[in-house]
Amino acid sequence: MSTIEERVKKIIIEQLGVKEEEVKLEASFENDLGADSLDTVELVMALEEEFETEIPDEEAEKIRTVQAAIDYVTNHSAD
Amino acid sequence: MTKRRVVVTGLGMVTPNGLNVETTWQSILAGQSGAGPIEHFDTELFATKFAALVKGFEVTNYMSAKDARKMDTFIQYGVVAAQEAMSDSGLEVTDRNRSRIGVMISSGIGGLEGIEENHLKLQQGGPRRVSPFFVPSSIINMISGQVSMRHGLTGPNMAVVTACTSGVHNLGQAARVIAYGDADVMLAGGAEKASTPLAMAGFNAARALSTHNDNPAGASRPWDKGRDGFVLGDGAGVVVLEEYQHAKKRGATIYAELTGFGMSADAFHLTAPPENGEGASAAMQNALRDAQLDYAAVDYINAHGTSTPVGDIAEVRAIKSVFGNATQVAISSTKSMTGHLLGAAGAIESIFSILAIRDQIAPPTLNLNEPDNECDLDFVPHKARPMMIAHALCNSFGFGGTNGSVLFSKLTE
Repeated sequence: MSTIEERVKKIIIEQLGVKEEEVKLEASFENDLGADSLDTVELVMALEEEFETEIPDEEAEKIRTVQAAIDYVTNHSAD
Repeated sequence: MTKRRVVVTGLGMVTPNGLNVETTWQSILAGQSGAGPIEHFDTELFATKFAALVKGFEVTNYMSAKDARKMDTFIQYGVVAAQEAMSDSGLEVTDRNRSRIGVMISSGIGGLEGIEENHLKLQQGGPRRVSPFFVPSSIINMISGQVSMRHGLTGPNMAVVTACTSGVHNLGQAARVIAYGDADVMLAGGAEKASTPLAMAGFNAARALSTHNDNPAGASRPWDKGRDGFVLGDGAGVVVLEEYQHAKKRGATIYAELTGFGMSADAFHLTAPPENGEGASAAMQNALRDAQLDYAAVDYINAHGTSTPVGDIAEVRAIKSVFGNATQVAISSTKSMTGHLLGAAGAIESIFSILAIRDQIAPPTLNLNEPDNECDLDFVPHKARPMMIAHALCNSFGFGGTNGSVLFSKLTE
């Protein structure tokens, strides 16, 4: 079973079409990984699906880095 | 004001017969059908179980997977055809010329794939499951939008949507944009991917499609007694249109000149043309008038010829009313090989007309074994024919009774 960090990174790699080594914990989706606002919305949707959770819009807006995504899922995930 | 002359300097295609212009053209000249069974969805309950699909298209050969995900397949086809046309033209986009280069590429149907997929998500998971890329990946003018972004083209950016006449209307209107002086270069054409369950069900319900399921390659048979509807085709065609002096100055290869464009409406019925084809005649006559060319000078017509019982006869009557009952003009329907690409049809068929002029050869009409009553013109059956072609006319007619005819001519100084 993969860890939350591995699963989050895998989704980011797939959604944003970036290389594994680019997905550093401090990397910002928009500034470092070439995402635009629509990409970020879709990324959050993919996280919701993978972790079977619903991320409210006001929370989603705060998820701007790899670490923030991992933290959110760690704190809210059902597993 | 004298009209600025418009020439063709680049071609691009993705079709059921090939993934580029030359492969497709060789397949057409060899009289090969691009039709085959549908395997990408379950056709058990469908009256029609085949189509002319694009084969072997790996989108990541042309763009990143990330970009591809934001485009419905019809947009991908259009973007790839535009890319080929641009590189074929040899035109370099610079900060000086980018505002003088525009795009007019459209589709008849648009992103049904995305609509079907996201509607299912909406029903199953609610509104929060609908992709933020759903709208921008399915709207029709996004082919023009994507092409402008990928090539940095800041000139006029539009998409004329007129069902199966879209391709011809985009070429004709783009030529006028250049003739009028709003741009020096226009990428024009059409793209389509309507081989989806919803579209097939709709066309089947309208009794528009052939149901020759036992013989897909022989199903598209324009003017033949056994015809029973069109064969749906996927793909795209894009041409680079350029102001003549602009093309000459940069030493571009000029395929042909776009000399005439005509339009009309039937004002008659949702899907059927009037029996005498008068709307179609008017479109052809308007194209000839625009070119100030006598009908007798036309050597070849790439007909709309969709293989529907009513449409094929109406077009024959229209051609006879313009060219005379005993006309010798060579006519073919390349839809007998490519199927009907709807909004892309007029674009790929314009390219076939242009290549017919370049290579001095008329492509054939496949499957014309037993011509129907009244279908007694020269339809170039079975085999391509080397012949002198100075002027070639390309017809398209669409649901809603919208007609277009575009005339290409061998370049003269």
